[in-house]
Amino acid sequence: MAENKVQLSKSDRMSVCMRHQFLQGSWNYERMQNGGWCFAMIPAIKKLYSNKEDQIAALKRHMEFYNTHPYVSAPVIGVTLALEEDRANGAQVEDAAIQGVKVGMMGPLAGVGDPVFWFTLRPILGALGASLALGGSIMGPLLFFFAWNIIRIAFLWYTQEFGYKVGTSITKDLSGGLMGKITEGASILGMFIIGALVQRWVSISFTPVVSTVQQSPGAYIDWASLPAGTEGIHQALSQFAALGPTGLEVAKVTTLQANLDQLIPGLAAVGLTLLCCQLLKKKVSPIVIIIALFAVGIIARLAGIM
Amino acid sequence: MSALSIVLIAIIALLAGMEGILDEFQFHQPLVACTLIGLVTGHLQEGVMLGGSLQMIALGWANVGAAVAPDAALASVASAIIMVLALDGGTADSQTAITTSIALAVPLSVAGLFLTMICRTLAIPLVHAMDAAAEKGNFKGIEMWQILAILMQGARIAIPAVALCFVSPEIVTDALNMMPEWLSGGMAVGGGMVAAVGYAMVINMMATKEVWPFFALGFVFAAISELTLIALGVIGVSLALLYLGLKDLAKNSGGSAGTGDPLGDILNDYE
Repeated sequence: MAENKVQLSKSDRMSVCMRHQFLQGSWNYERMQNGGWCFAMIPAIKKLYSNKEDQIAALKRHMEFYNTHPYVSAPVIGVTLALEEDRANGAQVEDAAIQGVKVGMMGPLAGVGDPVFWFTLRPILGALGASLALGGSIMGPLLFFFAWNIIRIAFLWYTQEFGYKVGTSITKDLSGGLMGKITEGASILGMFIIGALVQRWVSISFTPVVSTVQQSPGAYIDWASLPAGTEGIHQALSQFAALGPTGLEVAKVTTLQANLDQLIPGLAAVGLTLLCCQLLKKKVSPIVIIIALFAVGIIARLAGIM
Repeated sequence: MSALSIVLIAIIALLAGMEGILDEFQFHQPLVACTLIGLVTGHLQEGVMLGGSLQMIALGWANVGAAVAPDAALASVASAIIMVLALDGGTADSQTAITTSIALAVPLSVAGLFLTMICRTLAIPLVHAMDAAAEKGNFKGIEMWQILAILMQGARIAIPAVALCFVSPEIVTDALNMMPEWLSGGMAVGGGMVAAVGYAMVINMMATKEVWPFFALGFVFAAISELTLIALGVIGVSLALLYLGLKDLAKNSGGSAGTGDPLGDILNDYE
């Protein structure tokens, strides 16, 4: 028995890792990621079991319900590979044990994967890329695409290998310690960045004029008394540098937005965001909120307040 | 639009649709999809800008568990095609074309959401076929059904995308030019606000009493316009490490007296 041990080679594991990228392809409302999971396991099943009955049993075993975050599923498939390998070599590994490991790991891991990938890494890389792209720079999309995929592929491969090497002992570590810390750290970073994004990218600008003040002489550029030619341009520019934008006109116009910005820039944006949080908690559909915001925008524009 | 452009758009749309479910390479994210469509139609610059604007709105759209978020794939592909049509029509200026496409992206994302729910239901008979193949030990069968399921998700976007390509550019441009200022202006105002919904979705997933102060810090730091997003990221990571380190320290010294060397404790915890 010991002399002809079946083992998964590195290329078998890579082939599983490649296929694992298509985990969600047949996502369905009945057993969710089961089809994709079985699809990913096929190279390993072919290698480990040579007779038809064992192969069929293995395929059916891996068509059971499964659903987690598609990236953190990599360590789960790593552990499962280790278990299947033991089983193929004659160890007593029950079907229930394999399913138990999958189900036991998918819950807590999805709890890490969602905040880390969907709510921290993608918003950060997306915002970074988008802020470059808004200026028309091709660097924005390139940065987003390559940074994301390098991180993703490295994560898929190394955590799958990690799962395969440590085997079932990984499950002990899931509930406490490190996982909790990663989730918490990601939440802190995520909340910090979201706070910054709300300030920078939710744009609300109130246009009503609060006051129009005639400025005293010297607080504005006296266009009529400037010397002619380039000398005049020079003087105008140096006065502008000293006086700032309000120096351009005799009257100083203050909009409501300018007043709000003196308190806290972006106050309206954060108010709107918190309102959306409340509405979402009350189970209002995000789509309804989005459509309502467009309606508010059109009405506010018609009324001349935004 | 040339035949070559339409073929390339169909390929991009297929990839975007597949990624809408797989969520791996991110071809369905506006930043990537709009840029690619801009590239193959000769409007790269506008495509990149549209992608950037839509990305800001779609930052918080993520499929969590069995819940399905608004669909970024159809929103980015279809709105990019509409923008290209408007630009090809000639008279519309690029800013109006981009703004209008952004506003159209939102109803499109809802349409995409329903399409993906249909596909996810249609996938049930497909996995039953996979069960049957498993019963016979038919590896090829399982692989074929899996690939078919992925292609079905791709077709979900590719079919509407190709159909859109055959709309006459003049019609789109005329429609844009007929739009009154209050409507396009109002949609631009609305477009500035909708990003808040995405951020609110993210906040609701992560917020606990403990992490709210970090939201406030991020908000006030961002008002300092000298700080780039990368600088803000560095501050955020540092805050997270500091907080976790201090929390550990507090927990340890709560039980025992600690070693009397706080720095040493932190260093030990990192090992």
